[in-house]
Amino acid sequence: MKGYERRTGQRLVALGLLGALAFNYPILGLFNRAVTVLGIPLLYAYIFAAWALLIAAMALVVERGRAK
Amino acid sequence: MLQGWVIVLTSIAYLGLLFGIAYYADQRADRGRSIIASPYIYSLSLAVYATAWTFYGSVGRAAVDGVGFLPIYLGPTLIIALWWVVMRKILRISKQHRITSLADFVASRYGKSALVGGVVTVIAVIGIVPYISLQLKAVSNSFVILLQYPEIVMPATVGAVPVLQDTAFWVASALAIFTILFGTRHLYAAEHHEGMVAAIAFESLVKLLAFLAVGVFVTFVVYDGFGDVFSRAAAERELAPMLTPIESVAGGYGSWVWLTILSMLAIMFLPRQFQVTVIENIDERHLNKAIWLFPLYMLAINVFVLPIAFGGRLHFPDGTVDADTFVLTIPMFERQELLTLLVFIGGLSAATGMVIVETIALSTMVCNDLVMPLLLRMRRLALAQRPDLTGLLLGIRRGAIVLILLLGYVYFRLAGEAYALVSIGLISFAAVAQFAPAVLGGIFWKSGTRRGALAGLAAGFGVWMYTLLLPALARSDWLPRSFLEAGPLGIELLRPLELFGLAGLDQITHAMIWSMMANAGAYVAVSLLDTQSAEEHRQASLFVDVFRRDGGGARLWRGTASAPDLHAVLARFLGAEAADAVFARYARAHGGTWPDPALEADADLVHAVETQLAAAIGAASARIMVAAVAKEEALTIDEARELLDEASQVVAYSHRLEQKSRELEQATRELKAANERLTELDRMKDDFISTVTHELRTPLTSIRAFAEILLDRPDLDADERQRFLGIITRETERLTRMINQVLDLAKLESGKAEWNVASVDLRQLIDDSVAATSQLFKEKGIALETDVAPELPLVAADHDRIMQVLLNLLSNAAKFCGRPDGRVRIAARVAGGDLRVDVADNGPGINPRDRETIFEKFRQVGDTLTAKPQGTGLGLPISRQIIEHFGGRIWVESAPGRGSTFSFTLPIGPPHAGRDRPTLAAA
Amino acid sequence: MAHKILIADDEPNIVVSLEFLMKQEGFDVRVAPDGDEALAQMSEFDPDLVLLDVMLPRRNGFEVCQEIRAHPEWRRSKIVMLTAKGRDIEMQKGLALGADAYITKPFSTKELVARVRQLLGVRP
Repeated sequence: MKGYERRTGQRLVALGLLGALAFNYPILGLFNRAVTVLGIPLLYAYIFAAWALLIAAMALVVERGRAK
Repeated sequence: MLQGWVIVLTSIAYLGLLFGIAYYADQRADRGRSIIASPYIYSLSLAVYATAWTFYGSVGRAAVDGVGFLPIYLGPTLIIALWWVVMRKILRISKQHRITSLADFVASRYGKSALVGGVVTVIAVIGIVPYISLQLKAVSNSFVILLQYPEIVMPATVGAVPVLQDTAFWVASALAIFTILFGTRHLYAAEHHEGMVAAIAFESLVKLLAFLAVGVFVTFVVYDGFGDVFSRAAAERELAPMLTPIESVAGGYGSWVWLTILSMLAIMFLPRQFQVTVIENIDERHLNKAIWLFPLYMLAINVFVLPIAFGGRLHFPDGTVDADTFVLTIPMFERQELLTLLVFIGGLSAATGMVIVETIALSTMVCNDLVMPLLLRMRRLALAQRPDLTGLLLGIRRGAIVLILLLGYVYFRLAGEAYALVSIGLISFAAVAQFAPAVLGGIFWKSGTRRGALAGLAAGFGVWMYTLLLPALARSDWLPRSFLEAGPLGIELLRPLELFGLAGLDQITHAMIWSMMANAGAYVAVSLLDTQSAEEHRQASLFVDVFRRDGGGARLWRGTASAPDLHAVLARFLGAEAADAVFARYARAHGGTWPDPALEADADLVHAVETQLAAAIGAASARIMVAAVAKEEALTIDEARELLDEASQVVAYSHRLEQKSRELEQATRELKAANERLTELDRMKDDFISTVTHELRTPLTSIRAFAEILLDRPDLDADERQRFLGIITRETERLTRMINQVLDLAKLESGKAEWNVASVDLRQLIDDSVAATSQLFKEKGIALETDVAPELPLVAADHDRIMQVLLNLLSNAAKFCGRPDGRVRIAARVAGGDLRVDVADNGPGINPRDRETIFEKFRQVGDTLTAKPQGTGLGLPISRQIIEHFGGRIWVESAPGRGSTFSFTLPIGPPHAGRDRPTLAAA
Repeated sequence: MAHKILIADDEPNIVVSLEFLMKQEGFDVRVAPDGDEALAQMSEFDPDLVLLDVMLPRRNGFEVCQEIRAHPEWRRSKIVMLTAKGRDIEMQKGLALGADAYITKPFSTKELVARVRQLLGVRP
């Protein structure tokens, strides 16, 4: 129980830090170009995709950790 | 057609529905069948974060800034990952201390200081007022625009309309009534507003669905999917730069980062977020699901913001339509009546949800942390003597709700026109961000002091006023414009938007940098220079170490109080019935009854009363009330520290003692004394008696148990009977042996033993012992070797006593010998001036640290994996007494796994002349 | 389902008698001869009640009691401390550490059984 809590806490903190990097200069600058993906500007596509992935990863950490 | 009465009726029907939901949820809660006990409802209630500002303002900002609105939603997603660590701690603390609001939390942390609570309340109220005015502005604007359907006309400037014809005024009044009905049914601020939470969760669903509906309509019906919107926007010269947008965001990356940080703090410290996340939380585990569900909600409500924004810019290229209204005006332009109405309801949901929760949270603060402490201190009012204050409490709360909405309306009239929705919201965000150092420092840093918190809050809030609030008033021409452009009194260095020459930043970033520096700096610096009072130190420890200790607050109180006095105080605020219930529960838990005039008002009872009071009127007011009836002896800081250290050790592992805390208190007090007494007893060599009785009780226990079993169960089957009788017999023998040996040892130790000293031939003695134990060795299949030198000198000793030693060593060897092929070797030779006997076995050996202890009384060293070795634990101590009596030495050499060798020596020839020494008989 | 009793005692004959008494009551019984084993059995066997001798090898009964009370998931287990040390101080220490009852050896079998029943809420 305690181990699960500590592990999950550490994983979530790691994800938070990863997200903080992903949504910041300079990583964000890489996508700030006049290119489109399926008609959507690259920056918008990147932010929403990365956001969705981050949420999925957080869900996985919280829910999977508990199942064990 | 959307006539005015249709819109008004729909709005009223919708508010009625909300009230119905709330009423149903409250009914269910009263019957103990909560409908909000679900992580999904909890997550939805957190979405009260998305207000009218999100609903209308995000599109407004996106239409100008592109992705500039996103940090407000990305920040919470990032910080929520840390909630596992941070928010769980805040939750645990708040439940333990029955916290009623954010102000209560901060006040409680800094020594239950009424001043701290008051300051936090003032900051929260002033900081949030613009935000509430924003909601009024959004609802009234959307209503006014909707009235003109299908014409799209922007509302007139507010100043032009008299108050009684101003929609915003009526919106504010309706919301005040609604909030009073919703939020002030219960007296306990720490109790959950289940109805409100259910209604808020429902509103979160409505606003999400409404926004998604517009989004899908604009993106897929008006235009041909995401790609289509963006490619059309790219074709417009004005819009194209927004597609690579970060440079176009005011302030660029710097602003992006600061907005992210700002929203991280806002999601935790906005009074309404604190209310739904902490105060209304009914199960800590609900947080787990919210960690990913809430960000998912924010992602969903933002997906269509950009298409709607670009769609709006494409629809209304001439800039006559305010971008903040695109969500509403696009469906109007497309003549979609139902969708338009749905959007209006969505916006209404977003605004009412925010206003309800925010004003309830603020009114609790105003009542518990601002008004009550002041009233209680005013001796003239003699409030503490009034018999029933429950009505007063509710009255204050209701008054506060009206006042806060009124302030929101006034701000709207004063400054509402000068800013877009987003800018107004950010001013409020920046205000509540000022709580971050005091709260986060408070739960992770024990040294943060009351004066430090006050200094930080004051400095941060001062800078906020100067750099954000005053400029807002100046822009609305309530202050001279020159104040902004030339600085106060023409001092350029102090220009509020470019303080100390820090230019080139947007207003929010500029204000955040200066206010956070001032706030955190003052907090840390003053805390480091300051010393805490005992109360502060106690609260700091209880907050920071919340996971390491459990309750224990009561033990830090020292003083005298009377139970009837305490009961009277409680009855004043909770009513007599509720107070009786609290006392009855307490008395039952402590084995008494209530009413009972003799009920002891100990620290526990005082603590229980204070906690109950805190749940109604906040920690600071509760402190004042209890202090008025309980004569408290001040603890010094060292005493508090000592008590806390003690508490953390003893209390941590005794959850059960929450109920039995009185026994605990007594026991812990006596534990210390007991430990001292125990060590003293040791010193008095009383241990021996204690151990003897312990050793005697062990066989006695078996004997008594089996005797009773046999006595009570005459029908026991014969085998079992036989077995039990066998045990009784063996344990009786053991008891007898033990008593004999104890007496023997006592005699030896006291020097009263009789010694028959004669010349002893050890060779003969060894032969005799081997013969006596041969049967034992044969039974166990152990090989016994003897290796005795052919010629051994005689020694002066007691024949029987040495025999006793030899038999003891041999039977020990047999006991601990290796299995299955045990070997024991007994050898005797002359070594130095002594005669030396060795008894070696091939058993498991003895741990080096036990080699000395086995010669002490009752210190058996067995193979603990199986069972205790049979025997009394007195054999070796007796042997040592005997050998040493004759001037010899006894010891053991051993290595784990390689067997042990017990050896003893006896001096050859005439012994030293000593008091007890025997004289050598003629050889 | 039968209540589960863990007997933590290192004295073989006392264990025999306790085991007999508890089984007579229809309880599910397991034995741990030392403190470490007792804690291992806490997670494995999850007993409703522990008969805990104070003078256990490896880890004494007080330590075991503390350890059990420090684990929230074992909080529901009742603890009856058994000891041949009859001093009041020790009894208070046991209770302060979270034991539910403290019985001195030699004990009356009737009292012991009655106490266990009462703690488990079993009617005779």
